[in-house]
Amino acid sequence: MIAVGALLHAKHLSRSPLEIAISLVVPVVQATLAVYLLRSGGAGDRLLDAAVGAGMMGVWSSVLFGSGAAIQNQRWQGTLEMIMLAPRRPALVLVPITLATALTGTYAILATLLWGRLLYGIRLDFAHPVAFAVVAPACILSLGLFGLLLAATFVLLRNANALANTLEYPVWLVSGMLVPITVLPGWTGPLAAALPTTWAARALREATGGGPVWPSAALCVGIGLTCAVLGAFALTYVERRARASATLALA
Amino acid sequence: MGIAVEAEDLRRTYRSRTGWARARRTEVDAVRGISFSIERGELFGLLGPNGAGKTTTIKMLNTLLIPTSGRARVCGYDVVADTREVRRRIGYVFGGDRGLYDRLSGLDNLRYFAELYGVPPREQKRRIGELLDLVRLTGRERERVEGYSRGMRQRLHIARGLLHRPEVLFLDEPSIGVDPVAARELRGAVADLAAAGTTVLLTTHYMAEADELCDRIAVIADGAIQALGTPAELRARAAGRVGTREPTLEDAYVAIVQPS
Ligand SMILES: Nc1ncnc2c1ncn2[C@@H]1O[C@H](COP(=O)(O)OP(=O)(O)O)[C@@H](O)[C@H]1O
Ligand SMILES: [Mg+2]
Repeated sequence: MIAVGALLHAKHLSRSPLEIAISLVVPVVQATLAVYLLRSGGAGDRLLDAAVGAGMMGVWSSVLFGSGAAIQNQRWQGTLEMIMLAPRRPALVLVPITLATALTGTYAILATLLWGRLLYGIRLDFAHPVAFAVVAPACILSLGLFGLLLAATFVLLRNANALANTLEYPVWLVSGMLVPITVLPGWTGPLAAALPTTWAARALREATGGGPVWPSAALCVGIGLTCAVLGAFALTYVERRARASATLALA
Repeated sequence: MGIAVEAEDLRRTYRSRTGWARARRTEVDAVRGISFSIERGELFGLLGPNGAGKTTTIKMLNTLLIPTSGRARVCGYDVVADTREVRRRIGYVFGGDRGLYDRLSGLDNLRYFAELYGVPPREQKRRIGELLDLVRLTGRERERVEGYSRGMRQRLHIARGLLHRPEVLFLDEPSIGVDPVAARELRGAVADLAAAGTTVLLTTHYMAEADELCDRIAVIADGAIQALGTPAELRARAAGRVGTREPTLEDAYVAIVQPS
């Protein structure tokens, strides 16, 4: 159910004209950004890292905006009532949607790599190609699970959109998607350690540039699963509250 | 036979905050103590003016809204305490063209909801095929829903509501905006379902539709039941008010919601 649901939601998302426009432009911008940031820093050999990091930023943006707004979007489409009416736990109904936002974000990684290769001649020499092929999907799905927690908390917050906007860049930075965490101020450390994005970025960096890969990937998946459990509890509460306050439909 | 739907003194108050700078609380008593029961296999009509509380009543029965007070059971399960058991047994179709995934095909929409409702994968194909035939969308199922006409969307909604063979079907103005030919086919399909043992709760603004289909009808206004009976019983109430001709259900309806 989850797999079919996620694929169908990904299909629905990927057919949105806005989504298509964004996904054509953003990877090019990101590849360019990554390349120039690193060239100016004189780290020409880390270009592949940078491209993968930029792709991860794309996944994160997709999860943040897609999952954060998942419930609101379903409400606007009038489909929220219909899916909540299914005899399933609310989390099971919503997790295909948040996974779908991560899946459509995957395209950002592929496209950023492709543009990096075409425009800037980045060589796709992965240190652990097999590990990359396993870890990238695992990390992406973990971010989708993290999305479930976002989906639940965002409906509980009144100014969710403003929050989403303010979270986009800090998380890119704090998780070390572009610059290594070591150059960031110390207080961001614990914050970064709790975010699955940090471990996802690190696992992918280790897979491209060399490193132990698996511990970071395992942490990413672990945090993703924890978020899913928390998100599931929160969603059960959210669903009940929505039925009491009549907010499942667009009033 | 047994009771399929049971409502006991259902009430629902909507509380909302209006205004932005100076929040004001408004309260609407949408349903003020409604009680009725529907036999298994019965086709029960709910008539009433806009804002009477029909949709609110249906949503309390189908678990989308928690009643402010009162109790309701569907197939013996409490709508608040045994939500999931109720949801397994009910279908819900509302009028209008929202509530579908526009950028997916009709077939993908049905596949998705078949998954959500846990229709076993081996059965899905056959079940979806049957329903597409029933609502006459066979041949169009691979087109995106955004290209469907209003009537087609409505028919897709109905197919979706029947995927899991519900015991009780809630139809909230299913014929709204549907052309006369399609509306007649819709009535035929609803009558067939009821004949096959499905319990149906139907709201509509078309008196002829209600008269033709319903075993019993409740007329509600201002959140309360004003009259309840078979179409013949309701018509009989209007006797003498319309001169010498046979009173229609519409005459009875007008007499009930607009007493002179
Ligand atoms: N979500 C809501 N919030 C506040 N008031 C509502 C809401 N939904 C319906 N109402 C009000 O409750 C009353 C009954 O509405 P409804 O049940 O939709 O009537 P009907 O379906 O018979 O037209 C109306 O006065 C309507 O304005
Ligand atoms: Mg209504």
